[in-house]
Amino acid sequence: MKLVKTLLASSALTVTAGAVSAQDMANEMTLVSWGGAYQASQVKAYVEPYLEMYPEVSVTWDESSAEAVAKLRAMNEAGNVTWDLVDAVASDAMRLCDEGLAIELEHDEVLEPAPDGTPASEDFGDLLVSDCFVPQIVYSTTFGYRTDLIGDEAPTSVCDVFDLEKFPGKRALQKRPIDNMEWALYCDGVEKDAIYDTLGTDEGVNQALDKLATIKDQVVWWTAGAETPQLLADGEVVMGSTYNGRLFSAIAEQDQPIEMLWDMQSFDLDGWVVPAGLPEDRKARVMHFLKFATDTQRLADQAKFISYGPARKSSAPLVGQHAELGIEMAPHMPTDPANSGNVHIYDYEWWADNRDDLNAKFEAWLAR
Amino acid sequence: MSDMTDTGGPVLAADGTPLKRSLRKALRRQKMRALLLIAPLLIFVLVSFIMPIGDMLYRSVENKIVSQTLPRSTQALSSWDADSGELPSEAVFAAMAADLKEAAEQKIHTRVGSRLNYENPGMSSVFRTSGRKAKKFDLENGGPWKEQLIEINEDWADTDVWRTIKTYSPPVTAGYFLNAVDMRVGPDGAEMRPERERIYMNLLKRTLWMSLLITFSCIVLAYPVAWLLANLPTRKANLLMILVLLPFWTSLLVRTSAWKILLQQQGVINDVLVWIGLVDDNARLIIINNQFGTIVAMTHILLPFMILPMYSVMQTIPPSYVRAAKSLGATDWTAFWRVYFPQTIPGIGAGSILVFILAIGYYITPALVGGTKGTFISNQIAFHISTSLNWGLASALGAILLAVVLVLYWAYDKIVGIDNVKLG
Repeated sequence: MKLVKTLLASSALTVTAGAVSAQDMANEMTLVSWGGAYQASQVKAYVEPYLEMYPEVSVTWDESSAEAVAKLRAMNEAGNVTWDLVDAVASDAMRLCDEGLAIELEHDEVLEPAPDGTPASEDFGDLLVSDCFVPQIVYSTTFGYRTDLIGDEAPTSVCDVFDLEKFPGKRALQKRPIDNMEWALYCDGVEKDAIYDTLGTDEGVNQALDKLATIKDQVVWWTAGAETPQLLADGEVVMGSTYNGRLFSAIAEQDQPIEMLWDMQSFDLDGWVVPAGLPEDRKARVMHFLKFATDTQRLADQAKFISYGPARKSSAPLVGQHAELGIEMAPHMPTDPANSGNVHIYDYEWWADNRDDLNAKFEAWLAR
Repeated sequence: MSDMTDTGGPVLAADGTPLKRSLRKALRRQKMRALLLIAPLLIFVLVSFIMPIGDMLYRSVENKIVSQTLPRSTQALSSWDADSGELPSEAVFAAMAADLKEAAEQKIHTRVGSRLNYENPGMSSVFRTSGRKAKKFDLENGGPWKEQLIEINEDWADTDVWRTIKTYSPPVTAGYFLNAVDMRVGPDGAEMRPERERIYMNLLKRTLWMSLLITFSCIVLAYPVAWLLANLPTRKANLLMILVLLPFWTSLLVRTSAWKILLQQQGVINDVLVWIGLVDDNARLIIINNQFGTIVAMTHILLPFMILPMYSVMQTIPPSYVRAAKSLGATDWTAFWRVYFPQTIPGIGAGSILVFILAIGYYITPALVGGTKGTFISNQIAFHISTSLNWGLASALGAILLAVVLVLYWAYDKIVGIDNVKLG
């Protein structure tokens, strides 16, 4: 009898809660993400379950995360912010936060605690690199290579990317200085600890660019994460950098003859930011969705669809098998001990300060 | 007849008013009506086209951000001599501390930092690190500020930092335009940038040269097609026309991606060449991610813009002219070159202007198939708009591009004559 009562009470509560939300919350949400396999994992892990619970809500996707900072600035200047929730990498989130284009969040208030009651701020821990940022995943930018085209000996070190004699053929690199400059210096003999100090000087920048120049003729520069898997599949490049989840899709889902080269993989974070200047009803809806989409179970669910590590500590034990392929996901995570023997720790602060400068020099070098 | 005899007075209309005035009134009414009819379009063009372009162009010289964000410091700096080699006085540092605190509270200190960073790399980090601490400044009795600011970021002890702030405190600046032509403001006025940092003039030259090449290859390819279209029997011509229009209606991205599949090293063209033995498997042609790729793909994409004006002009040329020339003894070549070709020049002119102006502003196709050597200046404009957020520089580059197009248009008018252009 008591059970029935509680059930009744809780369902009544849900109904009233639903009624309140229907009044105060907007029913349209525009989510901004990266497209491709990553966006698909978001759709499956938390957007579809959310829409099932709240069928009155409709979601529009905008695959503009790569230009999120510029577009948000333009929207902000025009006074017409059309986005409700933006998926951005940590460095972009810091930039948006600094420019006042994203709102600061009280993580413990707006996010679900872990199932055991640990507050969100502890559950996310160090990964909360900015007050405006709710991390979803830990990913890495790393290399993949074609097993059938690379020759008899497989590459084992990131420096093999710079070795045209041992591993001839084209390589795909991202058209930006971040990561590439660090790898170049590392392979030019700079100690890992000294990379950012070296990069802070003009000589260091030139050293990195000169090292990159040794393979410049053999590089195909990419801007979208989906390009490298495509280039690898076409045999256009023998190796290339991209996000580890994209390589996972190519290897495990599409059965391409591609292998991962985890050496010196560059860890990074990706997560949500809420744009500043949203009307109350839209903000209420977005915060409601954000709370759901970043809880322990949802973040663990995402790892069933793509090989990115969940940002919550409490999600890690819940990571299981791939939803369709049934393979264990843990060995494909960038954080797996077997994969993270030699990692490059990407310095957010340093890049936040020096990005404009190095971008200009890198672009000038590219155009030469 | 009676009117004719009365030569002294004005001619009167039926209602007694002078005919001239009546006519003028009627004309004015007509003009007003015409103006009203086009008013919606005029207002639309003004609001959605002219004004945004004007606003964007203004950004290329606009520089209010420094004096607005740092009002006290820029004022205090005006009496400081940048060439003295000494740091500004404590008063300037105190003014900067007050400005920083206010800016950090409004979260606009990093904006001014990235603005100044375009002129002096490193400024962004100076403002970022200082802004973090500035919120806690006690302005009343927190001084002296000189030591404190230098403590927070040692670059405050660098006269270059202060020189940059002083140089860029006026509300308008030539900095973006200087940057757009690979120059910068040095201690002794404008100077060229170091060799390693020069990009834009080379890119502009490359853009113009490649656009000319693309226009020329469009003329060569389009001329026979347009001639066939104009001279074949209607049924065959219609079929051919569909073949011209189908790609024209296909999405630009689809066509560009198709070229990627065709041109890449493991692509269709290379595969065929290797298969028939023309090219060795280890020496496959590199025909994409370079200038060649851009020229091929853009020629294909812009071809309809050349064919259609040519076709519409050729259609109006009576075939009897060439027949007449031949019956008077001209060879095929003379008849074509002396009689037919001159009549098609208006079509070539129209097509060339269209293709050239479209080509010079293209950026999607060069970005996809151009690699690093086959990209245009518009790619840099797009980069500064969407990635680096240096909108001032993007506007300056855009303004230069616009000016170049206008100059070329003017030159074309002088050489060929704009009346000699026929779009259909």
